Amino acid sequence: MNHLLLIMKREYLTKVKNKSFIIMTFLSPLLFVGIFALVAYLSNLNNDTVRTVNVMDESGLFMEEFVSSSQLQYKIVFDTTLDEAKKDAEENQVYGLLYIPKTEDLGALSRGITFYSKDSPSLSTIGSINNMLEKKINALKLREAGIDSEIIKKLHIKISANQETFGGQETSKLGSGLKLAFGGAAGYLLFMFIIIYGNMIMRSVIEEKTSRVIEVIISSVKPRLLLLGKILGTTLAGLTQFMIWVVLIFILMAVASSVFGIDTAAASPSQQMLEQSVDGGAQKMVHDLMLEINNLPILNLIIMFILFFVGGYLLYASLYAAVGAAVDSETDTQQFMMPILMPLMLAVYVGVFTVIDNPHGTVSQVFSYIPFTSPVVMLMRIPFGVPLWQQLISIVILFLTFFGTVWFAAKIYRVGILMYGKKPTYKELFKWLKY
Amino acid sequence: MKKLLEVNNVSKTYGDYKALNDVSLSINKGSVFGLLGPNGAGKTTLIRIINQITMPDTGSVILDGEPLKPEHIKYIGYLPEERGLYKTMKVGEQALYLAQLKGLSKQEARQRLKYWFDRLDIGDWWDKKIQELSKGMAQKIQFVVTVLHNPKLLIFDEPFSGFDPINANLIKDEILKLRDDGATIIFSTHRMESVEEMCDHIALINRSNKILDGRLVDIKREFKNNTFEIGLITPDHNNTTSLLKEKFEMFPANFKSINDELQYQIKIPDGHSPNELIGYLTSLGQLTHFVEVIPSASEIFIQTIQKN
Repeated sequence: MNHLLLIMKREYLTKVKNKSFIIMTFLSPLLFVGIFALVAYLSNLNNDTVRTVNVMDESGLFMEEFVSSSQLQYKIVFDTTLDEAKKDAEENQVYGLLYIPKTEDLGALSRGITFYSKDSPSLSTIGSINNMLEKKINALKLREAGIDSEIIKKLHIKISANQETFGGQETSKLGSGLKLAFGGAAGYLLFMFIIIYGNMIMRSVIEEKTSRVIEVIISSVKPRLLLLGKILGTTLAGLTQFMIWVVLIFILMAVASSVFGIDTAAASPSQQMLEQSVDGGAQKMVHDLMLEINNLPILNLIIMFILFFVGGYLLYASLYAAVGAAVDSETDTQQFMMPILMPLMLAVYVGVFTVIDNPHGTVSQVFSYIPFTSPVVMLMRIPFGVPLWQQLISIVILFLTFFGTVWFAAKIYRVGILMYGKKPTYKELFKWLKY
Repeated sequence: MKKLLEVNNVSKTYGDYKALNDVSLSINKGSVFGLLGPNGAGKTTLIRIINQITMPDTGSVILDGEPLKPEHIKYIGYLPEERGLYKTMKVGEQALYLAQLKGLSKQEARQRLKYWFDRLDIGDWWDKKIQELSKGMAQKIQFVVTVLHNPKLLIFDEPFSGFDPINANLIKDEILKLRDDGATIIFSTHRMESVEEMCDHIALINRSNKILDGRLVDIKREFKNNTFEIGLITPDHNNTTSLLKEKFEMFPANFKSINDELQYQIKIPDGHSPNELIGYLTSLGQLTHFVEVIPSASEIFIQTIQKN
């Protein structure tokens, strides 16, 4: 026990005191926030340019519709031919020329509208022009048919079915999004953690082999203890880094948004939804949101998050350590990385594609029992409400498998750390299990 | 003489490969035991079994009267052939860590390290990283770490590799001093001159089997074959040579001398004594050199392996 602590302490301290680790710890959030701020800043900059569009309206039907905005300015051109107008637009380097022909009926008119420009126009510009024309022609057509547009407006109705579980819990679409966000974040976090720190463990095992210190160490401690100490020590270092990242990113985000005046949330859909339903709807929305958060099985979520996170991470970490023990250098690891990464990728894909589609479908259920995918998939499912017995079965399977992989990894490790030279084949690895 | 270590009928198989076949050894307390054998003979496997890094398939190992068990780790100091230290760790930290793994307390380890670092004159390396040291310097640290916990049994696998002659001598003297202080030493090497200098007892392992075992002097006595190296000044070398060749089995010899003399190795036939040879030789001329040819450890090694 004393030895385990010693090993953990050494692993932790060498990781944490390592220069590149320190640099990464403090640089990554800066980079992350920096890039985010840069993108936000650039897209603002992009929108700031004013585009001028010449409009040649031969039909004369749309004259009042062209209201210039801060980003899009319309200039009506009269008394000219289409060719002259095109030439003029090109010479003056305006963004484009919108040509509306004069025709007999509205159908021909709508087909005859053309937008001329040097390059293909931006989607947002052409979209807003199309939108505006569509509305106007629609209104004109209604009038032609003798229908009052006011009546149409009154007839228009929007349905948003109230959702309620049989148990009487109110749910909403907003809630589903929220659940997805919770589950997705948990699954993705685990995925990243496994990849980053699994690799770190692998490298640390390889380092002991290449520096040849390993035989000195295992003449003092059992390989299994060393393996365990390495995994735990590295994990603690990883957690430390992760915590610092989270805290730093929050702080930097706050700083960045206040300094650059960038509304970091501006682009998020929830904000837009809130804005759209500003009158009256907003309050209900906020109320719903609070309700949904309250409705989430928070305690269940937290406990299971910890269990699945620990179980899933240790499961993969032991495999990474086994790979490290089997090879001599990092370049040799490729061949053995595939079988580790495949189930991990599969878990994420299943999580993204099937759980979102149907959290309780057969595929989602099956993959939330398979130990190599269950941590990610089950974590994504839990916010949607998974019966406790299912969660428990999954946890039990996960931990039983974990003991299996640790046994397997320890076997490979004991033999592998003393093997130098040739890269082993899978057949040889299998033989090592019997040594 | 009391035994410190007894290896009884140990066998070990890796897959289809038999690394050790029914090997038994017994090592006296306070001796230097040379474990010899060509590459891949099974020495390292045996050493790893003694260190409990691997378990034997059959057979047992007794340390100081008790079957080997995990607590014994702290009584053994092992300097493996494949050795190294954590490159990015500082010398002092690393030595403390390894000493604590052997069961020393931190204070105790610090005191003993100070003693050894002063003794080997390496005190000012404490805060250096291993990667800043030369190979020989790192080897010194490694040696200190191996002996720091005052083990009863010390196992050195090629302890002198990487050392210059001065430091090799220094380490040799330290090893002998440790023996004088009561430690028992297993010494595995291919450098036969150090075997000659240091070992009381040797065992030779070839292709997983022990093929020779005993006190070095006994083995040498067994391997000598009544051959003597002679130097003889005669009036007519050619004549004398043909005379001698009729009577004895002769081998060419070459030793440094200030005389112009006949130099040969002569094997005395069974039933005759060296004195008789001396008598005969002095009748032929002036005898300047007469030494018994004692086989070197290297010759014994090569002969035994080839015969096997």
